[in-house]
Amino acid sequence: MPTVDLAETKLRDLNSALHKLPHDTNETRWIVANPGGKHAIACGVSLPITVEIEGHVGYYCAGMNSAATVVIRGNAGVGVAENMMSGQVRVTGDASQAAGATGNGGLLVIEGNASARCGISMKGIDIVVKGSIGAMSAFMAQSGNLVVLGDAGEALGDSIYEARLFVRGSVASLGADCIEKQMNQQDRAELNAVLARAEISGVSADDFKLYGSARRLYHFHVDNADAY
Amino acid sequence: MCGIAGLFLKTPSLEAQLGSMMSGMLAVLSERGPDSAGFAIYGSGTRDLVKLTLRLLPVPDIEAAVISAARTLDLKIPSFHANHAVISVPQGRLQAVKDFIRESTILQGTEIVGSGTRMELYKDVGLPAAVAKRFGLEHMSGTHAIGHTRMATESAVTTKGAHPFSTGLDQCLVHNGSLSNHNGVRRGLQREGLSFETDNDSEVAAGYLTWRIREGASLEDALKLSLKDLDGFYTFVVATESGFAVLRDPVACKPALVAETEHYVAFGTEYRALANLPGIAAAKVFEPEPATVYAWKRN
Repeated sequence: MPTVDLAETKLRDLNSALHKLPHDTNETRWIVANPGGKHAIACGVSLPITVEIEGHVGYYCAGMNSAATVVIRGNAGVGVAENMMSGQVRVTGDASQAAGATGNGGLLVIEGNASARCGISMKGIDIVVKGSIGAMSAFMAQSGNLVVLGDAGEALGDSIYEARLFVRGSVASLGADCIEKQMNQQDRAELNAVLARAEISGVSADDFKLYGSARRLYHFHVDNADAY
Repeated sequence: MCGIAGLFLKTPSLEAQLGSMMSGMLAVLSERGPDSAGFAIYGSGTRDLVKLTLRLLPVPDIEAAVISAARTLDLKIPSFHANHAVISVPQGRLQAVKDFIRESTILQGTEIVGSGTRMELYKDVGLPAAVAKRFGLEHMSGTHAIGHTRMATESAVTTKGAHPFSTGLDQCLVHNGSLSNHNGVRRGLQREGLSFETDNDSEVAAGYLTWRIREGASLEDALKLSLKDLDGFYTFVVATESGFAVLRDPVACKPALVAETEHYVAFGTEYRALANLPGIAAAKVFEPEPATVYAWKRN
């Protein structure tokens, strides 16, 4: 189990070591100490390893992640798990703006609050926020699920495409072309599955409201529905 | 880009370390603003004496000229920190001394960068760590300080364009962002009798707060009113003789973090700037909400 102390080791050396791991590596659990708010920690990891970061991180932590599990025991700066492809990223504290931005897949769990623009332009990622999210979240969100146990800030889902936004608390306001939708069986099943993957129990799908696109703003054609 | 650092001590325990804490924060923020740096620090002082911080031109014998001027004016010998001098003036003679400095031929080109009963203000072009070292920031003590590392966008890389900006006694402001209506606001403030040293947008924000406070608003209320009158994107950190406040624009364009412990409130544009502060592991760390004024006051 390699332990990397970022007070002594250069960030670039850590990231480079993570990128050079062979596919059959036995070094599947990495501990990162003293992150000190540094940017781009554990970016672009593409193997099913676990990286546990003991403290607050700066910008773009676990960006472009695929397959890896990255746990941040602290707060995360702007753009955590940005453009994640697969795998899982968990933040035990709060996340700054643009958490999970443009994410294609995988699961991002934020145990605290997330600031503005959470899930902006998300393209298939699932994001679960135990606390609340800031303004302009899920702006132009294309697909995936954003699940919020707390409240959502202003202009939720502005110019949204086909992402699903589940909010348990209040929504300050909805953005252009975002409306509340009836939750059907499939939505409910998907919400429960995301909650289970995020290891959140004691929460009922019935307590959430679903928001999505009114499909008036973009050229939606029903024949393309499967593409989302 | 730009970087902001702010420290406001709630207890006296860290007063002797204030300068070294601020100096470390500014060095980390070099990557956000390598053009120039500056800081205002609130140290010792008395109510009846105003400290004028002067920036001197790099000409031969300028220090001797300042000392000679102080003697002529019957003032104490100033203290010198690189190309800045701090001279103490009795409140009642402030205007006369300011006029003397502006009109003196031997002090030609000397700028008054700040004035305050406790505030001293230093700024210069260069890498933040070098600027802090030049002025001996790490050896300074005080109750609160704000600092800035600049990446110029709205006006040239000059010492005049560096932050903080001070437009009133013991008042100063640092700004990350850029304002879009500063020319109009500046004209309005000039009609109210304020004068400006630069064409910089941030100086207008400082002047706006000075005007509001002059008209009777508290620092907190002045910032609330600025939400309506200043347009653009910004994170402001502002200090007065006894106050410290933070405000972000309504869309929170610029990053900002606050860490609070029982001993201090610290502001940093990025967490990296806060990472080495004493007791940071146990601090409450949060992002200030958009369009929300956070203010602290010393008793």
